[in-house]
Amino acid sequence: MNILASEASRRILRLGLLSGGFILFAGVIGMIAAFHEREVVDDFISLGQVLLLAAPFVTSYMAATQMLETGESPRMALAGGLVIGVLCALPTVILLLFNSDDYRYLLDTSLKLIPFVAASYLAWKSHAQGNETRQVAATWLIAALLIGIVSFGFALIFEVKGDLRGVLVNVDRDWVEVVTFDHRRELWTGIGLLLAASAGAGLAGVVMRILPDIPRRALLYGLGITLLVGAFGETVRLILQENLDRDTLREIFRRDTLRQNAAAMLFIISTLAGFLWAMFGGRAQSEFAALDDSRRQQVRNLGMLLFAALLLALPWLIGRTLSDVAVTIGIFVLMGLGLNIAIGLAGLLDLGYVTNYAVGAYILAVLTSIGPLGLFKGTFTFWMVIPIALLAAMFAGFIFAVPVLRMRGDYLAIATLGFGEIIGKLALSDWLKPLIGGAQGVQNIPKPFLFSTELKNPEQLYYIVLVASLVTLFVSIRLNNSRTGRQWMAIREDEDVATAIGIDTARAKLLAFTLSAATGGVAGAIFAAKVGTVFPNSFTVFISINVLSLIIVGGIASNPGIVVGAVVLIGMPELLREFSDFRFLMYGALLILMMINRPQGFIPSKLVMHEVHAGVKPKVSAGD
Amino acid sequence: MAEAGKNGQRRILEATGMTKRFSGLVAVDSLDFYIPEGAIASIIGPNGAGKTTFFNCITGFYQIDEGAILFEGARISGKTPDLITRAGISRTFQNIRLFNNMSAIENIMVGQEPHLRSSWIGAILGLPSTRREDDGCEDRARELLHFVGLEGKGDMLSKNLSYGDQRRLEIARALANRPKLVLLDEPTAGMNPRETIETTDFIRRLRDELGITVVLIEHDMRVVMEISEHITVLDYGRKIAEGLPRDIQTNLKVIEAYLGSGAAQSNTVTKPGI
Repeated sequence: MNILASEASRRILRLGLLSGGFILFAGVIGMIAAFHEREVVDDFISLGQVLLLAAPFVTSYMAATQMLETGESPRMALAGGLVIGVLCALPTVILLLFNSDDYRYLLDTSLKLIPFVAASYLAWKSHAQGNETRQVAATWLIAALLIGIVSFGFALIFEVKGDLRGVLVNVDRDWVEVVTFDHRRELWTGIGLLLAASAGAGLAGVVMRILPDIPRRALLYGLGITLLVGAFGETVRLILQENLDRDTLREIFRRDTLRQNAAAMLFIISTLAGFLWAMFGGRAQSEFAALDDSRRQQVRNLGMLLFAALLLALPWLIGRTLSDVAVTIGIFVLMGLGLNIAIGLAGLLDLGYVTNYAVGAYILAVLTSIGPLGLFKGTFTFWMVIPIALLAAMFAGFIFAVPVLRMRGDYLAIATLGFGEIIGKLALSDWLKPLIGGAQGVQNIPKPFLFSTELKNPEQLYYIVLVASLVTLFVSIRLNNSRTGRQWMAIREDEDVATAIGIDTARAKLLAFTLSAATGGVAGAIFAAKVGTVFPNSFTVFISINVLSLIIVGGIASNPGIVVGAVVLIGMPELLREFSDFRFLMYGALLILMMINRPQGFIPSKLVMHEVHAGVKPKVSAGD
Repeated sequence: MAEAGKNGQRRILEATGMTKRFSGLVAVDSLDFYIPEGAIASIIGPNGAGKTTFFNCITGFYQIDEGAILFEGARISGKTPDLITRAGISRTFQNIRLFNNMSAIENIMVGQEPHLRSSWIGAILGLPSTRREDDGCEDRARELLHFVGLEGKGDMLSKNLSYGDQRRLEIARALANRPKLVLLDEPTAGMNPRETIETTDFIRRLRDELGITVVLIEHDMRVVMEISEHITVLDYGRKIAEGLPRDIQTNLKVIEAYLGSGAAQSNTVTKPGI
């Protein structure tokens, strides 16, 4: 029991400090202050504060799950939650003290004390391991010296700079405001509030875990939906604006923020809905499963029909600003579907996908532009050039695929990465400047026309992206269930054997690269028509990485996954400006979390689910 | 051209002076051999004798350094594996190499590759000819599944099949090519005695019912002596004996290679399962 308790308490310490470190880190890099700019509920809580409280909540929820599973009592779990809450706030509190003028001496003192304390700790450990006195003394001395030098260095820096801001630029007034809940002047009140709020969030996490299943799920739904609507208040308001009158809108939102009453209403309604779903959702599902096949198909068809109707009506439901975001997401969905032909179906890790995107965009730009660089000054229209852009991208894909046909895995990835860079450099080069304008790029690309209407609004361009995506989806599904798809699968599984059973792997791989490139070319052309100008800066390696990430996050070889991945990775930073400053940090964190917890992606394809969960089958020895 | 062999049989596979070196190590050393058409032939030899290398050379996995390999009188050495497979030679692998994340039926369907003609454009457009070929491909795959005794398991992922079933599926995939010659690399490895007997019978059926010439690498001497009509013995990349099972059993060089020179005095290979 004792050992169990100590192990559990060590885990709590570790989790709490980890979470506290995360909050400290988020503060030091300016994330908390930036997120504070966005109010989730008017005059009540900001996104930065949500971040501050979500950490202890989630951590203690996880810790409580583990504790209850290992047979600890709920009372112990509550105590654990409290400790985690306090630990989450602790690093931030310490930084607050170091940062305040009255307690700066604490920083100095602790920097001076650290070498002694740390060295003594190491010496004690050395003693505990049964080393001789002389060794223990030597350990102490060396550790004190080494840590002392580092510590002295820090002390010197802080003394020269005068305050922490000189070193940690984001530890500023804004940050202090957020973490003290607007009590910058009364520091101790602020610290008390922070500790109390954090501990409360920790306790709440445990309470949530202890609750019976149904109310817990209901509350989590309610909380989640309210926070989501609050955080994306601007987006939600833009959607509602299309469908509600001004006065109603004003009652729900103050500018872009959810009002307190509305938030409370939303919370109650979504909790109730969550409660109903938790009560009866399972039954609905089992009843659906009990239906016979034709009936089930009917229900599914109905669902598909509703989904199709939603897709068709989308731009009119969400308005202009969001349609613009939808077009951007759509372009990335298109590229995701295209790259998935190479990566998901044929297993060819292509990191130079931006090449095809750039080719498509520049072809459209040069052929249709009415500016000085336009070759035909408007003779060619968007619709005539789309097939040309497609063929040109296919050709580029083919040319770039030929030298890498014999490469596999990592080598292929590196080589294609290089090709992506080459395209960027070519676009910037003096050599091609007379044709594509170097750094200035090509301007004055006209919008597409449908008969005599100019498709100049994002609402209209949306349909072009939608149609292109549907065509790509159709093609990739058809191919996946064909001879070609089976060839690709075989190559993905074992290229040597694929050759051995008679597949012309070179040909099949070329086809995968070329078809994948075609989609990229169309995406590039649509992008060029949407923005009206094409610069080399739009075609960096980050395009390739974005597309790859959205496939991985959504689920490799899963078509719905690609859409979800694009919405999360492309849509979120567009909708939440606060996110976009930390875009790559969050990409990195998301990818790492996904790889650890859900390597198969949000919506895994059936195949990959097998792969990830089956584990490694013990190899049977060949019997000799 | 297919010269007549000793028994007046045609030779389906023939090699002269076949040599394969790995940076100095001679894995196969100027080997001359032939496989009579319609035979069940075995390649035997101690571990490291070069048997699997021999298979890899025939199927084009390795390019031979010297000599020539003829299949039905036409030169196949120097060609790529897919072309050799298209010529009518299929193989299985010592350590089963199925396409693990494809279903059993898909494994066989993709094995029919050399006989498929449809193009990707046809697949996208859903042309009737493509559909017909796809349906035919699936029907034939089901037949083969039935032939190897895996009916009803077509939709399982091949990695979820039992070990014995995986061996059968690999053979079914090799047969999908409608080969004239099939090379089986240790088909009974890791099998219990009952499975071994089933597999032996099955190999006979390949020849008797489908008329395929079978070459196997095998360690189980009971299997080899029971079903082989022609045996080639390799040691250190060289052929040390060739002929009928009863000749091999009493061949001094063979006994020496397997059991050391002292054992050659006892005059017969008595120990099965070497």
